[in-house]
Amino acid sequence: MPALSSTLSSDESLPMTAWSQATPQRGYVQAGRLCPWFALAAAVLCSIGLFVGLVVAQTDPHQHEHYRIAFIHTPSLWLSVGIYFVTAGMAGYGQARRQRFLSMIASALAPTGALFAFLALWTGSLWGKPIWGAWWVWEARLTVELLLLFLFLGYVALQEAIDDTRRADRASGLLALLGAFGLPLLYFSVFRWSSMYGTPPQNLSAPDSPVISAGILLMGLGLFAYAVSATLARLRNVILKRERNSEWVVQNFGARA
Amino acid sequence: MNWDSWGDFWAMGGDGLYVWSAYLVALVVIFTEIAVLALTRRSILEHLGRYAKIARKERKPRNEDSRF
Repeated sequence: MPALSSTLSSDESLPMTAWSQATPQRGYVQAGRLCPWFALAAAVLCSIGLFVGLVVAQTDPHQHEHYRIAFIHTPSLWLSVGIYFVTAGMAGYGQARRQRFLSMIASALAPTGALFAFLALWTGSLWGKPIWGAWWVWEARLTVELLLLFLFLGYVALQEAIDDTRRADRASGLLALLGAFGLPLLYFSVFRWSSMYGTPPQNLSAPDSPVISAGILLMGLGLFAYAVSATLARLRNVILKRERNSEWVVQNFGARA
Repeated sequence: MNWDSWGDFWAMGGDGLYVWSAYLVALVVIFTEIAVLALTRRSILEHLGRYAKIARKERKPRNEDSRF
């Protein structure tokens, strides 16, 4: 895209110091520049992580090979929770400060967050089956994770359903904030509830070994890099869609057809 | 290295079905997301082009020099 970069060259010398300076136009260019590097990091880190987890790590005397699901399950769980709070923060702060670029980031994050929430549940179910004897149990962590998936899907559905982007951002931002305050409350109340009315089933946990921890950490970093690159790619789509009437989009992308 | 042969590796000590279905689903979901992102980008670019074409027919072009 030589023409695009030359029209935006005046922006490139300015570092992105504050969110107030993060215009959609500059964000589009920065996202395009960073995205491939995060994708590369994701490919490298996940390859090493999978090799460590599936090939190098020893068979566990208790869980045998079953714990190897942890290398995908645990990072998915971390990422889904992390992405949720970042999404809610961006959406909430974007509303409070009237920064539509922050709302665009939130909108770009949510589908990837939903992906990791789904993966955490799916792999958790596969891991839990031999440990609990059931595909699903109503346990605090799983219940909260399921709600997290529904919150992500609700966020995406609200964004898609409301045509006016400002109203869509307000509605979905409200939902995201509601979840951000509600989920921790629910999490701790369910823990209290289950300790009063019965013992929770055994938590899923990987065997304690440095090799296994290294594998989980590598996969965590790799999937984090993947989440960043996917979010940046989606952010570019969101920016083009929302800014389709602005001068720079019309000038740079309109002349193609 | 934990395995003696490829057969050992794929069998995963009898837990293969659980372990591999977890990784297979992860792979499918992630590559689906990548494909959706690429397809969405393509359709947006097509729309933007068509949109500008209509706008150009209706009135004088804004800037004839700006080419992509």
